[in-house]
Amino acid sequence: MKKLLILSGKGGTGKTTVSSSFINLSQTKAYADCDVDAPNLHLMVNTTAEAVTKSFYGLPKAYIDAEKCIDCGKCMDHCRFNAIDYHQGFVVDFYACEGCGVCEYVCPADAISMQKATAGNLILYKDDKVFSTAKLNMGFGNSGLLVAEVKNQLDDEAPDAEFAVIDDSPGIGCPVIASISGVDMVLIVTEPSLSGISDMKRVIDTAMGFMVDCAVCINKYDINIENTEKIEEMCRNLNIPMTGRIPFDNIVVGAVNKGISVVDINCPAGNAIKEVYQNTMKIFEIKSGDTR
Amino acid sequence: MKIAILSGKGGTGKTLVSVNLAAVCNDSTYIDCDVEEPNGHIFFKPVIENESDIKVLIPVCDDEKCTGCRECVEFCKFNALAYVNESLIIFEDICHSCGGCKLVCPENAITEKEKTIGKIKIGKSGNTTVISGIMNTGEESGVPIIDKLLNREFEKTKNYFIDCPPGSSCAVMESIKDADYCVLVTEPTIMGLHDFKMVYELVSLFNKPHSVVLNKCTSEHNPAKQYCLDENINILMEIPYDNELSLLNSQGKIVARENKKFNKMFSDLLETVLKEARK
Repeated sequence: MKKLLILSGKGGTGKTTVSSSFINLSQTKAYADCDVDAPNLHLMVNTTAEAVTKSFYGLPKAYIDAEKCIDCGKCMDHCRFNAIDYHQGFVVDFYACEGCGVCEYVCPADAISMQKATAGNLILYKDDKVFSTAKLNMGFGNSGLLVAEVKNQLDDEAPDAEFAVIDDSPGIGCPVIASISGVDMVLIVTEPSLSGISDMKRVIDTAMGFMVDCAVCINKYDINIENTEKIEEMCRNLNIPMTGRIPFDNIVVGAVNKGISVVDINCPAGNAIKEVYQNTMKIFEIKSGDTR
Repeated sequence: MKIAILSGKGGTGKTLVSVNLAAVCNDSTYIDCDVEEPNGHIFFKPVIENESDIKVLIPVCDDEKCTGCRECVEFCKFNALAYVNESLIIFEDICHSCGGCKLVCPENAITEKEKTIGKIKIGKSGNTTVISGIMNTGEESGVPIIDKLLNREFEKTKNYFIDCPPGSSCAVMESIKDADYCVLVTEPTIMGLHDFKMVYELVSLFNKPHSVVLNKCTSEHNPAKQYCLDENINILMEIPYDNELSLLNSQGKIVARENKKFNKMFSDLLETVLKEARK
Protein backbone atom coordinates (compact mmCIF):
# COMPACT_ATOMS: atom_id res chain seq x y z
CA MET A 1 0.00 0.00 0.00
CA LYS A 2 1.42 3.36 -1.04
CA LYS A 3 0.74 6.06 1.51
CA LEU A 4 0.35 9.80 1.15
CA LEU A 5 0.51 11.70 4.46
CA ILE A 6 -1.02 15.16 4.81
CA LEU A 7 0.80 17.45 7.27
CA SER A 8 0.95 21.15 8.05
CA GLY A 9 2.85 21.95 11.23
CA LYS A 10 0.47 24.78 12.05
CA GLY A 11 -3.09 23.85 12.86
CA GLY A 12 -6.08 25.09 10.91
CA THR A 13 -4.37 25.45 7.56
CA GLY A 14 -6.78 23.01 5.91
CA LYS A 15 -5.22 19.54 6.29
CA THR A 16 -8.53 17.80 6.89
CA THR A 17 -10.33 19.65 4.10
CA VAL A 18 -7.56 18.67 1.67
CA SER A 19 -7.40 15.09 2.99
CA SER A 20 -11.13 14.53 2.66
CA SER A 21 -11.07 16.01 -0.85
CA PHE A 22 -8.23 13.70 -1.87
CA ILE A 23 -10.14 10.73 -0.45
CA ASN A 24 -13.17 11.75 -2.47
CA LEU A 25 -11.25 12.42 -5.72
CA SER A 26 -9.11 9.28 -5.58
CA GLN A 27 -11.98 7.05 -4.44
CA THR A 28 -9.32 5.31 -2.38
CA LYS A 29 -10.28 2.12 -0.56
CA ALA A 30 -8.17 2.99 2.46
CA TYR A 31 -7.68 6.09 4.56
CA ALA A 32 -6.78 7.03 8.09
CA ASP A 33 -6.81 9.87 10.60
CA CYS A 34 -3.64 9.87 12.69
CA ASP A 35 -4.57 13.05 14.56
CA VAL A 36 -5.45 10.97 17.60
CA ASP A 37 -5.44 14.03 19.89
CA ALA A 38 -8.19 15.80 17.97
CA PRO A 39 -9.48 13.65 15.12
CA ASN A 40 -11.77 15.45 12.67
CA LEU A 41 -11.67 13.45 9.45
CA HIS A 42 -14.75 11.41 10.46
CA LEU A 43 -16.74 14.67 10.37
CA MET A 44 -15.76 15.25 6.76
CA VAL A 45 -16.08 11.85 5.10
CA ASN A 46 -19.55 10.48 4.77
CA THR A 47 -18.97 6.89 5.64
CA THR A 48 -22.12 4.86 6.26
CA ALA A 49 -20.21 2.04 7.89
CA GLU A 50 -20.72 1.58 11.59
CA ALA A 51 -17.85 2.44 13.90
CA VAL A 52 -16.23 -0.56 15.57
CA THR A 53 -14.35 0.56 18.67
CA LYS A 54 -11.56 -1.24 20.51
CA SER A 55 -10.03 -0.03 23.76
CA PHE A 56 -6.43 1.03 23.48
CA TYR A 57 -4.27 0.39 26.51
CA GLY A 58 -1.23 2.56 26.89
CA LEU A 59 1.42 1.68 29.40
CA PRO A 60 0.04 0.57 32.77
CA LYS A 61 -0.03 3.28 35.43
CA ALA A 62 1.29 3.07 38.97
CA TYR A 63 -1.09 2.56 41.86
CA ILE A 64 -0.12 2.82 45.53
CA ASP A 65 -1.82 0.56 48.04
CA ALA A 66 -2.25 2.82 51.09
CA GLU A 67 -2.51 -0.20 53.42
CA LYS A 68 0.93 -1.44 52.45
CA CYS A 69 2.60 1.97 52.06
CA ILE A 70 5.12 2.70 54.83
CA ASP A 71 5.40 6.41 53.94
CA CYS A 72 9.11 6.24 53.10
CA GLY A 73 8.81 8.54 50.09
CA LYS A 74 11.25 6.63 47.89
CA CYS A 75 8.73 6.59 45.06
CA MET A 76 8.49 10.37 45.12
CA ASP A 77 12.27 10.80 45.24
CA HIS A 78 12.80 8.59 42.22
CA CYS A 79 9.89 9.69 40.02
CA ARG A 80 11.21 11.87 37.21
CA PHE A 81 7.72 12.94 36.13
CA ASN A 82 6.55 14.54 39.40
CA ALA A 83 3.75 12.01 39.33
CA ILE A 84 3.76 11.19 43.04
CA ASP A 85 1.87 13.61 45.27
CA TYR A 86 1.36 13.62 49.00
CA HIS A 87 -2.21 14.09 50.22
CA GLN A 88 -2.45 12.36 53.60
CA GLY A 89 -0.29 9.62 52.11
CA PHE A 90 1.49 9.07 48.83
CA VAL A 91 -0.73 8.97 45.76
CA VAL A 92 -0.07 8.76 42.04
CA ASP A 93 -1.10 11.60 39.73
CA PHE A 94 -2.76 9.41 37.11
CA TYR A 95 -2.21 11.92 34.29
CA ALA A 96 1.42 12.69 35.09
CA CYS A 97 2.41 9.02 35.42
CA GLU A 98 4.19 7.78 32.30
CA GLY A 99 4.18 4.15 33.39
CA CYS A 100 7.97 3.70 33.63
CA GLY A 101 7.71 1.39 36.64
CA VAL A 102 10.54 2.99 38.61
CA CYS A 103 8.36 3.57 41.70
CA GLU A 104 7.24 -0.04 41.70
CA TYR A 105 10.88 -1.08 41.53
CA VAL A 106 12.12 1.13 44.36
CA CYS A 107 9.22 0.55 46.77
CA PRO A 108 10.58 -1.48 49.69
CA ALA A 109 7.09 -2.38 50.92
CA ASP A 110 5.75 -3.85 47.70
CA ALA A 111 2.95 -1.30 47.91
CA ILE A 112 3.06 -0.21 44.27
CA SER A 113 1.63 -2.11 41.34
CA MET A 114 1.28 -1.19 37.70
CA GLN A 115 -2.32 -1.32 36.58
CA LYS A 116 -3.88 -1.45 33.14
CA ALA A 117 -5.23 1.89 31.94
CA THR A 118 -7.38 2.67 28.92
CA ALA A 119 -5.58 5.42 27.04
CA GLY A 120 -8.04 5.77 24.20
CA ASN A 121 -10.02 4.01 21.51
CA LEU A 122 -9.02 2.55 18.19
CA ILE A 123 -11.87 2.99 15.73
CA LEU A 124 -12.60 1.21 12.44
CA TYR A 125 -15.21 2.05 9.81
CA LYS A 126 -15.34 -0.69 7.21
CA ASP A 127 -17.58 -1.32 4.22
CA ASP A 128 -16.12 -1.45 0.73
CA LYS A 129 -13.66 1.11 2.11
CA VAL A 130 -11.51 1.03 5.21
CA PHE A 131 -11.27 4.08 7.45
CA SER A 132 -8.92 3.69 10.40
CA THR A 133 -8.93 6.29 13.16
CA ALA A 134 -8.59 6.66 16.92
CA LYS A 135 -9.18 8.97 19.82
CA LEU A 136 -6.70 9.37 22.63
CA ASN A 137 -8.28 10.03 26.00
CA MET A 138 -7.97 13.48 27.45
CA GLY A 139 -4.68 14.22 29.14
CA PHE A 140 -2.86 11.17 27.83
CA GLY A 141 0.54 11.29 26.23
CA ASN A 142 2.66 8.90 24.24
CA SER A 143 0.21 9.11 21.35
CA GLY A 144 2.81 7.58 19.00
CA LEU A 145 1.77 4.11 20.13
CA LEU A 146 -1.85 4.74 19.20
CA VAL A 147 -0.82 6.25 15.85
CA ALA A 148 1.12 3.05 15.13
CA GLU A 149 -2.04 1.08 15.93
CA VAL A 150 -4.08 3.21 13.50
CA LYS A 151 -1.57 2.51 10.75
CA ASN A 152 -1.41 -1.21 11.57
CA GLN A 153 -5.18 -1.42 11.49
CA LEU A 154 -5.21 0.24 8.07
CA ASP A 155 -2.65 -2.27 6.73
CA ASP A 156 -4.42 -5.26 8.28
CA GLU A 157 -7.95 -4.34 7.22
CA ALA A 158 -7.14 -3.18 3.70
CA PRO A 159 -4.31 -5.46 2.57
CA ASP A 160 -5.26 -5.12 -1.10
CA ALA A 161 -5.61 -1.35 -1.24
CA GLU A 162 -3.01 0.22 -3.49
CA PHE A 163 -3.20 3.75 -2.21
CA ALA A 164 -4.05 5.39 1.11
CA VAL A 165 -4.52 8.96 2.28
CA ILE A 166 -3.55 9.73 5.87
CA ASP A 167 -4.56 12.91 7.70
CA ASP A 168 -2.31 13.94 10.59
CA SER A 169 -2.11 16.20 13.60
CA PRO A 170 -0.53 19.64 13.77
CA GLY A 171 2.88 19.97 15.39
CA ILE A 172 6.08 18.02 14.90
CA GLY A 173 6.16 15.74 17.96
CA CYS A 174 5.28 12.21 18.90
CA PRO A 175 2.17 11.55 16.72
CA VAL A 176 3.69 13.22 13.65
CA ILE A 177 6.94 11.29 13.94
CA ALA A 178 5.00 8.04 14.37
CA SER A 179 2.91 8.91 11.29
CA ILE A 180 5.85 9.78 9.05
CA SER A 181 7.55 6.41 9.34
CA GLY A 182 6.70 4.22 6.37
CA VAL A 183 4.81 6.74 4.24
CA ASP A 184 5.82 7.30 0.62
CA MET A 185 5.37 11.05 0.51
CA VAL A 186 4.23 13.97 2.62
CA LEU A 187 2.01 16.75 1.30
CA ILE A 188 2.29 19.86 3.47
CA VAL A 189 -0.72 22.17 3.48
CA THR A 190 0.48 25.61 4.51
CA GLU A 191 -0.95 29.12 4.62
CA PRO A 192 0.74 32.40 3.75
CA SER A 193 1.12 33.73 7.28
CA LEU A 194 4.48 34.10 9.02
CA SER A 195 3.27 31.54 11.57
CA GLY A 196 2.33 29.13 8.78
CA ILE A 197 5.75 29.59 7.16
CA SER A 198 7.65 29.09 10.41
CA ASP A 199 5.69 25.93 11.21
CA MET A 200 6.06 24.63 7.65
CA LYS A 201 9.85 24.94 7.89
CA ARG A 202 9.87 22.95 11.11
CA VAL A 203 7.71 20.21 9.66
CA ILE A 204 9.87 20.02 6.48
CA ASP A 205 12.91 19.70 8.75
CA THR A 206 11.24 16.89 10.64
CA ALA A 207 10.18 15.02 7.48
CA MET A 208 13.64 15.42 5.95
CA GLY A 209 15.17 14.07 9.15
CA PHE A 210 13.24 10.89 8.40
CA MET A 211 14.27 10.93 4.73
CA VAL A 212 10.71 11.33 3.44
CA ASP A 213 10.00 13.43 0.33
CA CYS A 214 7.68 16.42 0.63
CA ALA A 215 5.48 18.51 -1.63
CA VAL A 216 3.75 21.73 -0.61
CA CYS A 217 0.45 23.40 -1.44
CA ILE A 218 -0.71 26.78 -0.17
CA ASN A 219 -4.21 27.21 1.19
CA LYS A 220 -5.90 30.64 1.47
CA TYR A 221 -3.04 31.88 -0.73
CA ASP A 222 -4.73 35.21 -1.48
CA ILE A 223 -4.76 36.29 2.17
CA ASN A 224 -1.18 37.43 1.65
CA ILE A 225 0.26 37.16 -1.89
CA GLU A 226 3.65 38.42 -0.80
CA ASN A 227 4.01 35.55 1.69
CA THR A 228 2.66 33.09 -0.89
CA GLU A 229 5.47 34.07 -3.23
CA LYS A 230 7.94 33.78 -0.36
CA ILE A 231 6.81 30.21 0.32
CA GLU A 232 7.12 29.30 -3.36
CA GLU A 233 10.63 30.71 -3.53
CA MET A 234 11.62 28.97 -0.32
CA CYS A 235 10.40 25.63 -1.66
CA ARG A 236 12.19 26.18 -4.97
CA ASN A 237 15.42 26.72 -3.06
CA LEU A 238 14.85 23.57 -1.02
CA ASN A 239 13.95 21.64 -4.18
CA ILE A 240 10.50 20.87 -2.85
CA PRO A 241 7.78 20.73 -5.53
CA MET A 242 4.74 23.02 -5.23
CA THR A 243 1.43 21.46 -6.14
CA GLY A 244 -0.73 24.53 -6.20
CA ARG A 245 -2.53 27.48 -4.63
CA ILE A 246 -5.99 27.27 -3.10
CA PRO A 247 -7.87 30.57 -2.68
CA PHE A 248 -9.71 31.69 0.43
CA ASP A 249 -13.30 30.82 -0.32
CA ASN A 250 -16.32 31.65 1.86
CA ILE A 251 -18.16 28.67 0.43
CA VAL A 252 -15.78 26.22 2.17
CA VAL A 253 -16.97 26.81 5.75
CA GLY A 254 -20.62 26.46 4.75
CA ALA A 255 -19.91 23.27 2.81
CA VAL A 256 -17.82 21.80 5.64
CA ASN A 257 -20.59 22.47 8.16
CA LYS A 258 -23.15 20.79 5.91
CA GLY A 259 -20.87 17.80 5.42
CA ILE A 260 -20.50 18.47 1.70
CA SER A 261 -17.13 17.88 0.08
CA VAL A 262 -15.81 21.11 -1.48
CA VAL A 263 -14.70 19.22 -4.56
CA ASP A 264 -18.31 18.24 -5.25
CA ILE A 265 -19.35 21.84 -5.76
CA ASN A 266 -18.24 24.22 -8.42
CA CYS A 267 -16.36 26.80 -6.34
CA PRO A 268 -12.91 28.40 -6.59
CA ALA A 269 -11.44 26.44 -3.64
CA GLY A 270 -12.91 23.14 -4.79
CA ASN A 271 -11.60 23.60 -8.32
CA ALA A 272 -8.16 24.55 -7.03
CA ILE A 273 -8.03 21.47 -4.78
CA LYS A 274 -8.77 19.30 -7.84
CA GLU A 275 -5.75 20.80 -9.53
CA VAL A 276 -3.62 20.34 -6.41
CA TYR A 277 -4.74 16.71 -6.36
CA GLN A 278 -3.71 16.14 -9.99
CA ASN A 279 -0.32 17.77 -9.45
CA THR A 280 0.30 15.97 -6.17
CA MET A 281 -0.56 12.56 -7.63
CA LYS A 282 1.79 13.09 -10.58
CA ILE A 283 4.66 13.64 -8.16
CA PHE A 284 3.46 10.93 -5.81
CA GLU A 285 3.48 8.35 -8.59
CA ILE A 286 7.09 9.13 -9.40
CA LYS A 287 8.24 9.30 -5.77
CA SER A 288 6.48 6.14 -4.71
CA GLY A 289 7.28 4.21 -7.89
CA ASP A 290 3.54 3.78 -8.27
CA THR A 291 2.64 2.84 -11.81
CA ARG A 292 -1.12 2.82 -11.55
CA MET B 1 -3.46 35.99 37.49
CA LYS B 2 -2.51 33.11 35.20
CA ILE B 3 -4.77 32.91 32.16
CA ALA B 4 -4.47 29.95 29.79
CA ILE B 5 -5.72 30.20 26.20
CA LEU B 6 -6.62 26.92 24.52
CA SER B 7 -8.80 25.59 21.70
CA GLY B 8 -8.41 21.92 20.91
CA LYS B 9 -8.37 22.50 17.17
CA GLY B 10 -5.36 24.24 15.70
CA GLY B 11 -5.64 27.51 13.83
CA THR B 12 -8.71 28.86 15.60
CA GLY B 13 -6.88 31.90 16.94
CA LYS B 14 -5.23 30.90 20.24
CA THR B 15 -2.08 32.83 19.45
CA LEU B 16 -4.03 35.82 18.08
CA VAL B 17 -6.01 36.07 21.31
CA SER B 18 -3.14 35.42 23.74
CA VAL B 19 -0.66 37.72 21.99
CA ASN B 20 -3.12 40.58 21.76
CA LEU B 21 -4.39 40.19 25.32
CA ALA B 22 -0.81 40.28 26.59
CA ALA B 23 -0.04 43.28 24.35
CA VAL B 24 -2.89 45.43 25.68
CA CYS B 25 -2.26 44.41 29.30
CA ASN B 26 0.20 46.61 31.14
CA ASP B 27 3.33 44.87 32.44
CA SER B 28 2.15 41.40 31.45
CA THR B 29 3.99 38.19 30.57
CA TYR B 30 3.24 36.06 27.53
CA ILE B 31 4.28 32.39 27.76
CA ASP B 32 4.29 30.26 24.60
CA CYS B 33 3.69 26.63 25.59
CA ASP B 34 3.12 25.45 22.01
CA VAL B 35 6.73 24.30 21.99
CA GLU B 36 6.35 22.16 18.85
CA GLU B 37 5.26 25.13 16.77
CA PRO B 38 5.86 28.31 18.80
CA ASN B 39 4.58 31.40 16.99
CA GLY B 40 4.21 34.10 19.66
CA HIS B 41 7.76 35.35 19.11
CA ILE B 42 6.95 36.00 15.45
CA PHE B 43 4.47 38.65 16.60
CA PHE B 44 6.34 40.11 19.57
CA LYS B 45 9.83 40.05 17.99
CA PRO B 46 11.22 40.33 21.51
CA VAL B 47 14.69 41.57 22.34
CA ILE B 48 16.11 38.39 23.86
CA GLU B 49 17.62 38.87 27.30
CA ASN B 50 18.14 35.29 28.32
CA GLU B 51 18.40 31.98 26.51
CA SER B 52 18.79 28.58 28.12
CA ASP B 53 18.98 25.01 26.85
CA ILE B 54 16.50 22.48 28.17
CA LYS B 55 18.10 19.15 28.88
CA VAL B 56 16.93 15.70 29.81
CA LEU B 57 18.98 12.77 31.09
CA ILE B 58 19.84 9.91 28.74
CA PRO B 59 21.61 6.68 29.74
CA VAL B 60 25.16 5.87 28.73
CA CYS B 61 26.52 2.35 29.03
CA ASP B 62 30.06 1.45 30.00
CA ASP B 63 30.70 -1.58 27.76
CA GLU B 64 33.61 -2.67 29.98
CA LYS B 65 31.29 -3.09 32.95
CA CYS B 66 28.23 -4.41 31.06
CA THR B 67 27.90 -8.19 31.34
CA GLY B 68 24.96 -8.45 28.97
CA CYS B 69 22.47 -9.53 31.63
CA ARG B 70 19.75 -7.51 29.86
CA GLU B 71 18.02 -6.44 33.10
CA CYS B 72 17.80 -2.89 31.77
CA VAL B 73 16.36 -4.07 28.45
CA GLU B 74 13.70 -6.06 30.31
CA PHE B 75 12.90 -3.13 32.59
CA CYS B 76 12.55 -0.39 29.97
CA LYS B 77 8.83 0.02 29.29
CA PHE B 78 9.51 2.28 26.33
CA ASN B 79 11.64 -0.22 24.39
CA ALA B 80 14.45 2.30 24.24
CA LEU B 81 17.14 -0.31 24.89
CA ALA B 82 18.29 -3.37 22.97
CA TYR B 83 21.22 -5.72 23.48
CA VAL B 84 22.63 -6.65 20.09
CA ASN B 85 26.03 -8.07 19.11
CA GLU B 86 27.26 -8.01 22.68
CA SER B 87 26.60 -4.37 23.25
CA LEU B 88 23.81 -2.24 24.57
CA ILE B 89 22.09 0.00 22.03
CA ILE B 90 20.30 3.08 23.38
CA PHE B 91 17.57 4.69 21.26
CA GLU B 92 17.86 8.21 22.64
CA ASP B 93 14.79 9.59 20.85
CA ILE B 94 12.52 6.98 22.42
CA CYS B 95 13.99 7.25 25.94
CA HIS B 96 11.67 8.90 28.46
CA SER B 97 14.52 9.67 30.89
CA CYS B 98 12.93 7.73 33.73
CA GLY B 99 16.30 6.56 35.04
CA GLY B 100 15.05 3.00 35.51
CA CYS B 101 17.86 1.31 33.57
CA LYS B 102 20.49 2.94 35.75
CA LEU B 103 18.64 1.78 38.88
CA VAL B 104 18.27 -1.84 37.84
CA CYS B 105 21.78 -2.39 36.44
CA PRO B 106 23.51 -4.80 38.84
CA GLU B 107 26.95 -3.84 37.51
CA ASN B 108 26.54 -0.05 37.79
CA ALA B 109 27.42 0.07 34.12
CA ILE B 110 24.87 2.76 33.32
CA THR B 111 25.40 6.43 33.97
CA GLU B 112 23.49 9.37 32.52
CA LYS B 113 24.41 12.25 30.27
CA GLU B 114 22.50 15.40 29.45
CA LYS B 115 20.78 15.76 26.09
CA THR B 116 19.40 19.08 24.85
CA ILE B 117 15.83 18.81 23.55
CA GLY B 118 15.08 22.48 23.08
CA LYS B 119 15.42 25.92 24.60
CA ILE B 120 13.65 28.69 26.42
CA LYS B 121 14.07 32.28 25.32
CA ILE B 122 13.08 35.21 27.49
CA GLY B 123 12.81 38.70 26.08
CA LYS B 124 10.98 42.01 26.10
CA SER B 125 8.61 43.55 23.60
CA GLY B 126 7.36 46.96 24.71
CA ASN B 127 6.44 46.36 28.31
CA THR B 128 5.46 42.74 27.72
CA THR B 129 7.79 39.98 28.86
CA VAL B 130 7.86 37.24 26.25
CA ILE B 131 8.84 33.69 27.20
CA SER B 132 8.98 31.05 24.47
CA GLY B 133 9.72 27.36 24.63
CA ILE B 134 11.11 25.84 21.45
CA MET B 135 11.45 22.10 20.97
CA ASN B 136 14.16 20.82 18.64
CA THR B 137 12.83 19.15 15.50
CA GLY B 138 12.95 15.35 15.63
CA GLU B 139 12.17 15.26 19.37
CA GLU B 140 9.08 13.37 20.51
CA SER B 141 7.85 15.27 23.52
CA GLY B 142 7.94 18.89 24.58
CA VAL B 143 6.46 18.25 28.02
CA PRO B 144 9.78 18.75 29.89
CA ILE B 145 10.07 22.17 28.20
CA ILE B 146 6.51 23.14 29.19
CA ASP B 147 7.29 21.98 32.69
CA LYS B 148 10.29 24.35 32.84
CA LEU B 149 8.34 27.20 31.23
CA LEU B 150 5.72 27.12 33.97
CA ASN B 151 7.99 26.26 36.85
CA ARG B 152 8.89 29.83 37.75
CA GLU B 153 8.05 32.58 40.19
CA PHE B 154 4.65 34.05 39.40
CA GLU B 155 3.96 37.45 40.94
CA LYS B 156 0.48 37.73 42.39
CA THR B 157 -0.10 41.26 41.13
CA LYS B 158 0.90 40.55 37.52
CA ASN B 159 -0.94 38.94 34.65
CA TYR B 160 0.35 35.97 32.70
CA PHE B 161 -1.06 34.74 29.40
CA ILE B 162 -0.33 31.11 28.58
CA ASP B 163 -0.63 30.18 24.89
CA CYS B 164 -1.36 26.41 24.89
CA PRO B 165 -0.63 23.74 22.28
CA PRO B 166 -3.54 22.34 20.22
CA GLY B 167 -5.23 19.08 21.20
CA SER B 168 -6.16 17.93 24.69
CA SER B 169 -3.23 15.64 25.45
CA CYS B 170 -0.70 15.66 28.25
CA ALA B 171 1.02 18.77 26.85
CA VAL B 172 -2.20 20.78 27.13
CA MET B 173 -2.93 19.45 30.58
CA GLU B 174 0.55 20.43 31.69
CA SER B 175 -0.03 23.94 30.28
CA ILE B 176 -3.30 24.60 32.12
CA LYS B 177 -2.42 22.76 35.35
CA ASP B 178 -1.75 25.87 37.41
CA ALA B 179 -3.88 28.35 35.47
CA ASP B 180 -6.38 30.46 37.40
CA TYR B 181 -8.63 30.93 34.41
CA CYS B 182 -9.05 29.42 30.94
CA VAL B 183 -10.13 31.16 27.76
CA LEU B 184 -11.36 28.74 25.10
CA VAL B 185 -11.07 30.00 21.53
CA THR B 186 -13.19 28.40 18.83
CA GLU B 187 -14.29 28.93 15.24
CA PRO B 188 -17.65 28.44 13.52
CA THR B 189 -17.00 25.03 11.96
CA ILE B 190 -18.13 21.56 13.02
CA MET B 191 -14.45 20.65 13.41
CA GLY B 192 -13.88 23.62 15.69
CA LEU B 193 -16.89 22.60 17.75
CA HIS B 194 -15.81 18.95 17.93
CA ASP B 195 -12.41 19.86 19.36
CA PHE B 196 -13.88 22.62 21.52
CA LYS B 197 -15.99 19.99 23.29
CA MET B 198 -12.80 18.11 24.16
CA VAL B 199 -11.11 21.07 25.83
CA TYR B 200 -14.38 22.07 27.46
CA GLU B 201 -14.44 18.60 29.01
CA LEU B 202 -10.81 19.03 30.05
CA VAL B 203 -11.29 22.38 31.83
CA SER B 204 -14.48 21.08 33.44
CA LEU B 205 -12.66 17.97 34.72
CA PHE B 206 -9.99 20.15 36.32
CA ASN B 207 -12.55 22.60 37.68
CA LYS B 208 -10.98 25.52 35.88
CA PRO B 209 -13.19 28.57 35.59
CA HIS B 210 -13.52 29.33 31.90
CA SER B 211 -15.33 31.15 29.14
CA VAL B 212 -15.29 31.33 25.38
CA VAL B 213 -14.13 33.61 22.58
CA LEU B 214 -15.84 32.89 19.27
CA ASN B 215 -13.40 33.75 16.48
CA LYS B 216 -13.89 34.19 12.71
CA CYS B 217 -17.63 34.84 13.08
CA THR B 218 -19.70 35.49 9.96
CA SER B 219 -23.41 35.91 9.38
CA GLU B 220 -23.66 32.17 8.69
CA HIS B 221 -24.90 29.69 11.30
CA ASN B 222 -22.30 29.20 14.05
CA PRO B 223 -22.43 25.66 15.49
CA ALA B 224 -19.96 26.57 18.24
CA LYS B 225 -22.07 29.52 19.39
CA GLN B 226 -25.18 27.38 19.36
CA TYR B 227 -23.46 24.82 21.56
CA CYS B 228 -22.32 27.47 24.07
CA LEU B 229 -25.83 28.90 24.26
CA ASP B 230 -27.36 25.44 24.73
CA GLU B 231 -24.85 24.47 27.41
CA ASN B 232 -24.88 27.85 29.15
CA ILE B 233 -21.18 28.44 28.58
CA ASN B 234 -20.22 32.07 29.05
CA ILE B 235 -19.28 33.81 25.77
CA LEU B 236 -16.81 36.67 26.31
CA MET B 237 -16.67 38.00 22.78
CA GLU B 238 -17.42 37.30 19.15
CA ILE B 239 -14.57 38.33 16.88
CA PRO B 240 -15.89 38.86 13.36
CA TYR B 241 -14.01 37.48 10.37
CA ASP B 242 -12.12 40.51 9.09
CA ASN B 243 -9.87 40.74 6.03
CA GLU B 244 -7.75 43.47 7.56
CA LEU B 245 -7.21 41.53 10.79
CA SER B 246 -6.38 38.45 8.82
CA LEU B 247 -3.82 40.29 6.66
CA LEU B 248 -2.11 42.00 9.62
CA ASN B 249 -2.02 38.72 11.49
CA SER B 250 -0.51 36.90 8.49
CA GLN B 251 2.21 39.55 8.41
CA GLY B 252 3.13 38.68 11.97
CA LYS B 253 1.80 41.98 13.29
CA ILE B 254 0.09 42.46 16.63
CA VAL B 255 -3.26 43.82 15.50
CA ALA B 256 -3.89 45.66 18.78
CA ARG B 257 -0.68 47.64 18.27
CA GLU B 258 -1.50 48.48 14.63
CA ASN B 259 -5.03 49.65 14.69
CA LYS B 260 -7.31 51.52 17.13
CA LYS B 261 -10.35 49.39 16.34
CA PHE B 262 -8.53 46.17 17.23
CA ASN B 263 -6.85 47.79 20.21
CA LYS B 264 -10.26 48.65 21.63
CA MET B 265 -11.56 45.17 20.86
CA PHE B 266 -8.78 43.42 22.77
CA SER B 267 -8.76 46.02 25.58
CA ASP B 268 -12.46 45.31 26.08
CA LEU B 269 -11.79 41.60 25.99
CA LEU B 270 -8.98 41.96 28.53
CA GLU B 271 -11.23 43.88 30.88
CA THR B 272 -13.94 41.19 30.69
CA VAL B 273 -11.44 38.36 31.08
CA LEU B 274 -9.84 39.90 34.17
CA LYS B 275 -13.22 40.70 35.68
CA GLU B 276 -14.38 37.12 35.13
CA ALA B 277 -11.11 35.66 36.37
CA ARG B 278 -11.30 37.62 39.64
CA LYS B 279 -14.80 36.37 40.40
